[in-house]
Amino acid sequence: MIVTTEKLTKRYGDRAVVDEVSLSVRRGEVYGFLGPNGAGKTTTIRMLLGLVKPTGGTARVLGEAPGTPKALLRVGSLIEGPGFYPYLSGRDNLRVHAARRGLARSHVEAALEQVDLVGAAGQGFRRYSLGMKQRLGVAAALLGRPELLILDEPTNGLDPAGMADMRDLVRALTAQGQTVLLSSHLLGEVEEICDRVGVIANGRLVAESTVEQLRGDTVLLVRADPVEKAHVLIEGSSLHGDVLHVREADAASLVRTLVQADVDVREVRPLLRTLEEVFFEMTGAA
Amino acid sequence: MGSVMDTVMGSVMGTVKAELLRLWKWPATWVLTGVWLVMTLTFGYVFNYLALSGGTNTRDLSQQQLIGSMQPENAGAAVVRGLPMFGGAIVLVLAALAVGSGYGWGTWKTTLTAGPRRVSAMAGTLGALAVVVVVLVALTFVVDLGAAIAVASLEDWGWSLPGWSAVEAVGASLLIAAMWTAFGVFLGVATRGPALAVGLGLMWAVVAENLLRGVGSLLGPVESLTGVLPGGSAGNLAGAVGGSGAPGVLNDLSGTTAALFLLGYVVFFAGAATLLKVRRDLV
Ligand SMILES: Nc1ncnc2c1ncn2[C@@H]1O[C@H](COP(=O)(O)OP(=O)(O)OP(=O)(O)O)[C@@H](O)[C@H]1O
Ligand SMILES: [Mg+2]
Repeated sequence: MIVTTEKLTKRYGDRAVVDEVSLSVRRGEVYGFLGPNGAGKTTTIRMLLGLVKPTGGTARVLGEAPGTPKALLRVGSLIEGPGFYPYLSGRDNLRVHAARRGLARSHVEAALEQVDLVGAAGQGFRRYSLGMKQRLGVAAALLGRPELLILDEPTNGLDPAGMADMRDLVRALTAQGQTVLLSSHLLGEVEEICDRVGVIANGRLVAESTVEQLRGDTVLLVRADPVEKAHVLIEGSSLHGDVLHVREADAASLVRTLVQADVDVREVRPLLRTLEEVFFEMTGAA
Repeated sequence: MGSVMDTVMGSVMGTVKAELLRLWKWPATWVLTGVWLVMTLTFGYVFNYLALSGGTNTRDLSQQQLIGSMQPENAGAAVVRGLPMFGGAIVLVLAALAVGSGYGWGTWKTTLTAGPRRVSAMAGTLGALAVVVVVLVALTFVVDLGAAIAVASLEDWGWSLPGWSAVEAVGASLLIAAMWTAFGVFLGVATRGPALAVGLGLMWAVVAENLLRGVGSLLGPVESLTGVLPGGSAGNLAGAVGGSGAPGVLNDLSGTTAALFLLGYVVFFAGAATLLKVRRDLV
């Protein structure tokens, strides 16, 4: 395990902003940390980096206590937007960061190349566009090839092409054996690249699984005539307008039942809920 | 144990290097340094020289005093004279800006997640600012000495280079500047921003202590207190090493007492800032 938390909790006053979160990130995977605005993603990540002290529970990062040099030197991070000196160029900002991390300057150019910022590296950070600032933040996280990357909403401010680049970059990183924990409030954006996801809402981890598991069992959509009669016949079905939704059913036996009862079956197909719908159900319910 | 020390020293050195790099390229460093050098030249030499050569001496100084203050051998006193109030205010502003801005820019977040412990990060910041202070004081001495030599040559005075007393004066200048720097660092950390830190610092250095000194002339206990406040201690040390005749310079305490108070303030401000930095969440 690269990251584990055990009932990790942060209270501000009497409000638990992060509430007994127990999650785990495995070596080499891309872990999507998902949740709507204000769910507690950034606060959890801050605790993993030692910026915020938990009020309860524990966390281990690469087997170490969060925020210690042993952990931090092996983690690259970008938390809630990049933090750089506005008057320095992108390159100088990375040089300053490399010095803090005890890394040689040669790492700077490699990181700039990875995020495609070599051309603008001499420009003042102040004059960067939102997307360029974000990419510089990712470059800082990449410096020195840390084992674990913690990226808090890395695609914030990126255009669709930039988002695609970011996804490619994350894929390339895992191909090199790096582990990535990335947060997002847009499921569709990370669905393709995440091996596993943790869903947080109102400070509580409401699910942690693979994307497929998260989608859950397939639901059958049945269009039949008369639909009310079919609804009565099939146990556990639910009526949605003029169609039925049936959970965990065998299509063949379902059709046989309906036909034998003289119900016309016009359509039976698996209803693929989008992850977005699942997400909405979960986080809305919590 | 040895390797633990090595690691700690290594990360402090890395942080000092990083901080020096960004302070060196920071326009504010140069603007404030420039303002200070212009001020020390103007008030230490330009006005005095004009008063001397134009005969318009309205500052209650005898010709002899004017000449004495501009002698190259008194360059050390010229440096220390300006530090208790104006020079101090400038290094305080520099330190408060350097530390306070990091909260708004988000650079503290980047710094504290880079690797070194928070204590090392603070030690690195304080170390880099110490380097800046040393360079600033050395630069002031060189500029003042240069101006003094220029005046002495123009006027054909017989002059000699500064002696031991200049070392004392420069040492006192360093201690005074270090105290104001630590004060600025403390304010920057405590208020978590540049604006309030600079505002409060200037209020204290330029206004509050002067007001208290005014009250002090009416109330005895307040008067003895003002002598040992940060600005008061700085003023007394400057007075004790020959830097008389400038705003904020006092002559109520012995040099040793004043120096010990200043040292105490340096330790207190730097320690309190570090403690706050280590203890508080960074959000
Ligand atoms: N220092 C603080 N004091 C009080 N409340 C806080 C503090 N920091 C965060 N919160 C609250 O904690 C909650 C979670 O915040 P957090 O930034 O972790 O959410 P998030 O999941 O990252 O949201 P987003 O997607 O908008 O970035 C929010 O309601 C926020 O108001
Ligand atoms: Mg967030």
